[in-house]
Amino acid sequence: MDGSPPELMHSRPSPPVDNVMVAQRAAEFTKRSIKKEAKVSGLLMALSMLDLTTLEGKDSVEKVRGLCRKAARPWDRDQDVLGYGVGPVAAVCVYPSLVATCAEALGPARRVKIASVATGFPSGQFPLDVRLDDTRRAVADGADEIDMVINRGAFLAGRHDEVAEEIREVKRACRRRDGSFAHLKVILETGELETLDLVRRASDLAIRAMADVDFEAGIEAPGTPDFIKTSTGKVQPAATMPVTLVMLEAIRDWHAATGRVVGMKPAGGIRTAKQALHYLVMVNETLGPVRVEGFDGCPWLTQDYFRFGASTLCNDILRQLAWLKSGRYQAGYDFSEA
Amino acid sequence: MPERIDVLKTYKLFIDGKFPRSESGRSIEVRDRGGGVAAHASRASRKDLREAVEAARRALGGWSGSSALLRGQILYRAAEMMEGKRAELAGAIVASRGANGVKQAQAEVALAVDRMVHYAGWADKFSQVLGCHNAVSGPYYNFTFAEPTGVVCVVCPPSPPLLSLVSLLAPVLCSGNTAVVIADAADPLPAAVLGEVIATSDFPAGVCNILTGDPGELVPFVASHRDIDGVHAAEVSPELAAALRVGIAENIKRTVVHGEVDWKSAACESPWWIEPFLEMKTVWHPASA
Repeated sequence: MDGSPPELMHSRPSPPVDNVMVAQRAAEFTKRSIKKEAKVSGLLMALSMLDLTTLEGKDSVEKVRGLCRKAARPWDRDQDVLGYGVGPVAAVCVYPSLVATCAEALGPARRVKIASVATGFPSGQFPLDVRLDDTRRAVADGADEIDMVINRGAFLAGRHDEVAEEIREVKRACRRRDGSFAHLKVILETGELETLDLVRRASDLAIRAMADVDFEAGIEAPGTPDFIKTSTGKVQPAATMPVTLVMLEAIRDWHAATGRVVGMKPAGGIRTAKQALHYLVMVNETLGPVRVEGFDGCPWLTQDYFRFGASTLCNDILRQLAWLKSGRYQAGYDFSEA
Repeated sequence: MPERIDVLKTYKLFIDGKFPRSESGRSIEVRDRGGGVAAHASRASRKDLREAVEAARRALGGWSGSSALLRGQILYRAAEMMEGKRAELAGAIVASRGANGVKQAQAEVALAVDRMVHYAGWADKFSQVLGCHNAVSGPYYNFTFAEPTGVVCVVCPPSPPLLSLVSLLAPVLCSGNTAVVIADAADPLPAAVLGEVIATSDFPAGVCNILTGDPGELVPFVASHRDIDGVHAAEVSPELAAALRVGIAENIKRTVVHGEVDWKSAACESPWWIEPFLEMKTVWHPASA
């Protein structure tokens, strides 16, 4: 349990993944019938878990300001059409050079967190000191969360210790002067990892490496709310249900063994409200019954431990909410661009 | 040799360049004169309508941005494909009417092909006829030209099934709008066959979507749908006409509902059937430049 020496946990091998069963089980989650009030609350939950993302080379200051406005108030007509206000979303996710813009746009009393990709996103193919400096700057500019990419080249070449050490270094770089940590999300880029067995191994490796730094810093369970994340969104396939299920199982097993809680962020390819509900069903049926000391209900059914990395998903959720309320299909121009 | 078993055709919807069944799993029994089941066609639901509108919206940029000449060529290609399928189209019309309607059905198909050719010709001409050069006081050219309205829903009467459909659809498509057709369940087979014509005529996916179903069920959703920009309908029931008016009042659609139409008449071949689904844009240009 908690407090056992880190080296002991590293000796635990990742269990093999049964591809057929994972595919079948992931497909099962798409067959639940969720209607009416349950659907509305599911959609609102998904909206609150959004990391509203823009990661384009053409991102400008004004584009990011617009994204921040959208994050704080996703729909200006919410009261008129729905009769209640929706939002804000969990976070905005941007490139490091735009973190300061977000901090300014969202203001000091913000309810929306700022997530920054870092460590030479999206490839990670930069010298380690450059990646660490990238991280430190984003944290210094005000990022609450750092989305790092692992070194897939090293991982696939079998240099797992090197990958783990890099994750530890990045997490150490997430430490602020006051000793607190910016929360880390480790992007595995599962689209490049070839097999579900490797997804599981990378998940376990990332989870353990992040916990190592918590041990160093003397942070007790449930630990820093760090995440593992599927994808950059730049590689196809991005998030899929089977991959997310394997990662959720790694999180579940880690919690069972250590009492520590790690978050999950599927990112890329989740565009429709229906898909988002499928993912929430999967979380509920994988981690829903797990109880953690200090939490009411399941921690993974809150934005603290589950996120969607997406941009177009936001408007599709709003569209569905409007349909459920009014019985009228909405037009694209009824919603602002993310 | 065992006796050969006929391979019967499954008549499906046509959405986004594909031939799906209705998501609802429902079908329409098409009966012949003797009361026997001649065929089954898909019965579209509001969710099929939603998918079709999304496909039409996605296709709008490409289709409205393509050259008028190309659109004309593609409509003409559709006429060519119809010509090659004349026997099948006539058979689809006759299926619900019995063999004594054959001559009439053949005549209807011929007229429908000609109508498609007519509007193919208009594709690169309507803008010259409906647009203009306005006289203004000052050193400027001032032009008004026509742009397509957007996604237009075509609601067809039960009869004549093919000719009315083509007459309402072709003027909408030729100017660069994309279309969602609702063909009446009373006689759905010609519409289903026309989907195959569209699919093989170089129309980009989603430009023309064809649903067979009950207008009484679908039209209220058309009326309230905020992402449909226009409705081209004919001979609809007073209740549906009222539902359309309510929807339009709320979300402002270009809507034309023809009363009784003589579908064989040349009155159905006119730039004034194209004009309702155009937006006129006026631009100023310095004359000295």
